[in-house]
Amino acid sequence: MSTTTQNAPVEQAGPHEEETNYLNHETSIWSWLTTKDHKRIGVLYCISLATVFLVAGVLALLMRAELSAPDETLMANDTYNQVFTMHGILMVFLFLVPSIPAILGNFVLPLQIGAKDVAFPRLNLASWYVYLAGAVLTVTALLTGGVDTGWTFYTPYSSSTGGGVLWMTSAIFVAGFANIFTGLNFIVTIHKMRAPGMTWNRLPLFVWGMYATSIVQVLATPVIGITMVLLILEQTLQIGIFDPALGGDPVLFQHFFWFYSHPAVYIMILPAFGILSELIATFSRSRIFGYRAIALSSVAIAMLGFLVWGHHMFVSGQSAISSIVFSLITYLIGIPSGIKVFNWVATLYKGSIWLQTPMLYALGFLFMFTIGGFTGIMVGVLSVDVHLHDTYYVVGHFHYVMMGGSVVALLGGMHYWWPKITGRMYNETLAKIAAGLVFVGFNLTFFPQLVLGSRGMPRRYANYAERFTGLHELSTVGSQILGLGLFLILGYALWSLAYGEKAPANPWGAATLEWTNTTAVPIHHNFERTPLVTRGPYDFHLADEVFGGGDGEALRDDVPQIPEPAPSAPSEKETAESTRA
Amino acid sequence: MGDFWLPEAASKMASEIDSLFTFVNVVSAVLLVGVVAAMLWFMYRYRRQDPAERPTPVKESQLLEISWIVIPTILVLLVFNWGFKSFVAQKTIPENAYEIQVQARSWGWSFEYPNGVTTDTLYVPADEPVKTTMSSQDVIHSFYVPAFRVKQDVLPNRYTSVWFEATKEGTYDLFCTEYCGRNHSEMDADVKVVSRARFDDWLESAGTPDDIPLPELGEKLYTQQGCQGCHSLDGSDMVGPTWKGLYGKTNHQMADGSTVTADANYLRESILQSGAKVVEGYQNVMPSYSNLSEREVSGLIEFMKEKSDKELPEE
Amino acid sequence: MATETAPAPTETEAEHDPRPEHLEHHFVSSEQQFDSAKLGMWVFLITEVLLFSGMFVAYAVFRQWNPDVFAAASGTLNQTMGALNTVVLLTSSLTVAFSIHAIKQDKVKQCIYYLLGTLGLAGGFMVVKYFEYTAKFEHGVFPGGAFDPHGAHYEHLADMAMAPQFFSIYFVMTGIHGVHVVIGMIVIGALAIMAWRGSFSSEWYTPVELTGLYWHLVDIVWIFLFPLLYLI
Repeated sequence: MSTTTQNAPVEQAGPHEEETNYLNHETSIWSWLTTKDHKRIGVLYCISLATVFLVAGVLALLMRAELSAPDETLMANDTYNQVFTMHGILMVFLFLVPSIPAILGNFVLPLQIGAKDVAFPRLNLASWYVYLAGAVLTVTALLTGGVDTGWTFYTPYSSSTGGGVLWMTSAIFVAGFANIFTGLNFIVTIHKMRAPGMTWNRLPLFVWGMYATSIVQVLATPVIGITMVLLILEQTLQIGIFDPALGGDPVLFQHFFWFYSHPAVYIMILPAFGILSELIATFSRSRIFGYRAIALSSVAIAMLGFLVWGHHMFVSGQSAISSIVFSLITYLIGIPSGIKVFNWVATLYKGSIWLQTPMLYALGFLFMFTIGGFTGIMVGVLSVDVHLHDTYYVVGHFHYVMMGGSVVALLGGMHYWWPKITGRMYNETLAKIAAGLVFVGFNLTFFPQLVLGSRGMPRRYANYAERFTGLHELSTVGSQILGLGLFLILGYALWSLAYGEKAPANPWGAATLEWTNTTAVPIHHNFERTPLVTRGPYDFHLADEVFGGGDGEALRDDVPQIPEPAPSAPSEKETAESTRA
Repeated sequence: MGDFWLPEAASKMASEIDSLFTFVNVVSAVLLVGVVAAMLWFMYRYRRQDPAERPTPVKESQLLEISWIVIPTILVLLVFNWGFKSFVAQKTIPENAYEIQVQARSWGWSFEYPNGVTTDTLYVPADEPVKTTMSSQDVIHSFYVPAFRVKQDVLPNRYTSVWFEATKEGTYDLFCTEYCGRNHSEMDADVKVVSRARFDDWLESAGTPDDIPLPELGEKLYTQQGCQGCHSLDGSDMVGPTWKGLYGKTNHQMADGSTVTADANYLRESILQSGAKVVEGYQNVMPSYSNLSEREVSGLIEFMKEKSDKELPEE
Repeated sequence: MATETAPAPTETEAEHDPRPEHLEHHFVSSEQQFDSAKLGMWVFLITEVLLFSGMFVAYAVFRQWNPDVFAAASGTLNQTMGALNTVVLLTSSLTVAFSIHAIKQDKVKQCIYYLLGTLGLAGGFMVVKYFEYTAKFEHGVFPGGAFDPHGAHYEHLADMAMAPQFFSIYFVMTGIHGVHVVIGMIVIGALAIMAWRGSFSSEWYTPVELTGLYWHLVDIVWIFLFPLLYLI
């Protein structure tokens, strides 16, 4: 791999026209639908996932509206049950699990390691089509009576209720392949496609995060696949593995389900950790404190993540001994997450902190993910979990991790890489307002849910006791503020596509390859010349090609200057130029 | 803090769990404030003042890295240990616990007491351990009483149990916390904690529906309480004397040689303190049915009267 | 992060080292492409192992709960046919290995013969499987709900509460394994056609190598299925 002989493809020889890039070198719809370019596949995924997020988000707003009063307000129980089920399934299986890897992983990962593409571009495209097939099956499930099992499909309820359960489980089985393809692709890409000089210790932490994620995707997803197959066979052939009426065991189903679905939580959060490291390093312009600790703790989380599924089942009827062991391992997995938070905060120390929108999301993440982590410790306490299990406390907890963690990191990452993906800047003022609305709205929605839960409000209730009304009202108001913030983002993002300012190649002064060695919008094959890596991803003090050695630091001999004029820091000059262009 | 976060505590375990909850909450809050304060301070102190600023890298501190691995580890192990101990206490059901059978179905609960009384409100005596043995008739449900801090899934293919010791009289909520379909959110019940004395009174009256005639009640109890296992109605000899023609029998021969008249008082005594007088030719094996209420005893006696053609001699 | 870019290849270098036809644009060398493909296949095989391990866990759990029923039900399976299939599949693993060996030495014809041999053996496996399945179906031994055993060899199963579970697991596991065999047959058939058209040489035989790996996995899964279902 570390060969230094480079063979630039023939069509890439020669200087490039500035206008030709991955977006406009071919423009037909057909060229998009058959593209094998990882960047375009990232964009395709982005559009599909944004649609799913919009639908699932609107469902959430409807749920909150229904819950604004104790009794029936908007919808009957059956409808409410279907709405929360679809919200959960869409968010988990069709949005959060693929989200960051499929959008940003696809777009950024090959660029960050200096590769021309992922190892298997065709498989990558196949992943998107398989995902679409899963989405089509989901819609079929809705049209054939809907699903009201909750996203967990617990037997025997899921075996006894009809409707679209069969289609829905098939959808999850199919969509699982999309994740396996992505994970497999990334593992091979990271192992085999790194540019010369890109050693494991020089991998950006986003790549490390994706690597850990991919391991989990590859190891866990087949298990949900076989679980769904068994569930389907149970409904069609009555094979009696999970349904007690047929001699099966419902607790066995829970073991199978959580063996996937707990690691799936790490599929959702590990990429977010990766994004966060990028944001914090770039916007405080300092080397990540404890690079190795952060990189390795991701891998540790990925491994330990497979050994804690039973903490979802403390009151399920599993043996007390199992519960105790699962609880202990659960604590151990909390520690690597803690290490990361401490390291990120330490990275700010003596940095040069620039509060642009992506950084606001990163700091918001630190606050919300910490709450998510601590509430996670709380529900891991055996005896306390007996009280909190299946209450709104758990709902609050995992929204703090999934929404306050993963989604907020994704929003930060989307703002960060938006100029690279689209070649346009967004409106910074509106973006900051939206970030504020998301932060306030999110906390107002989910903090009251923590209190509701510890006061004894069970989850998945369409109607509730009078005494919970006040907190539910607060939560509903919060959800509307959160929704407003997210719609604002959608608005200025679309506006930016059409009217946004042209982005410079490196608006943030970042030091990773996707910013330093590509044009403002990357060309079809990413790099005009294969990069040769000579320093770590966050060595801003060595990144003379970013800053032009402007701080007076003597140019070192072993760091030869690049022949072409380097893209400069976001100075007034650069901005002025791009405005004129 | 506990009052804001937690519902009323009405069981012996609750205070233990609440202290643990509060401990974790307070430690978390302190750490959260620490992290956020550091973050905000750095944000202000090291804000970018010049676009070309390139800070010198900070040297990594191994001591720092190790300390924030070790200290959280100690903290979580502490919490684990505490949680583990109280969990074991939750799982260890006292042997003398009063047992109540719980049946869950979509979407309701029924509770059966040792004497066969079945209700849809859970009555429990205060200040003594109560154990529930639970099963479901259809899908998985979950038994949750927030005020007692207990929860346990109720499964269709096996029995599960919880125990609690209610400390405060009053009415509390029981919720189903495992999603079970359309009326999951309506699948609740009241838990009424009453003193032992009032519990006994209630149990007695609850067991005897007032609206059926006494002989019918007796006939019901004859099978419900298992009398038919030892006492026939057709005169055949079983473990105990037949009830045919028993009532009103004079010169009823006892094992100790005495004779009695089988009147209401004798029968009542034999039901409630079965060993007081033993009929000749039979073993003293009958358990006392002291759990029966007055009305139930009367019912049984009226039932026996029907099975006998004898009349008591007028006094 | 790079402060230097590698020199672009000059005209003469490009002539010396022309990019072979099979080399895709995003790889630097054939070696890199081959290594990537092989690693990818290994990762895929890991997902396959986990897919099957889910079923092995179900098997282990139910066997643990009902050891007697499982032993009795297992006794009704045809050990001779199972053993025959084991031999057939092991031999096919050998032939597929030979086909890779042949193509490495540019012996295309031999490679095709071995591939066809593998295909034949795999077909034989499926034929034996067909007879086993139909023999069970004739006596009402179906997976799950339709389970209604009759006939001398199977009658005693009717009284066993958990016997349907054994056959559910048996049919699901061997069924999914059978699906893998069929997929392997399609791929091997395609390879034989490609080899006949001269697509492979010692320069490039990645698909043959990868299919060989896949076929070994199919074989290994059977090696576990046979004793667990038929023998114990």
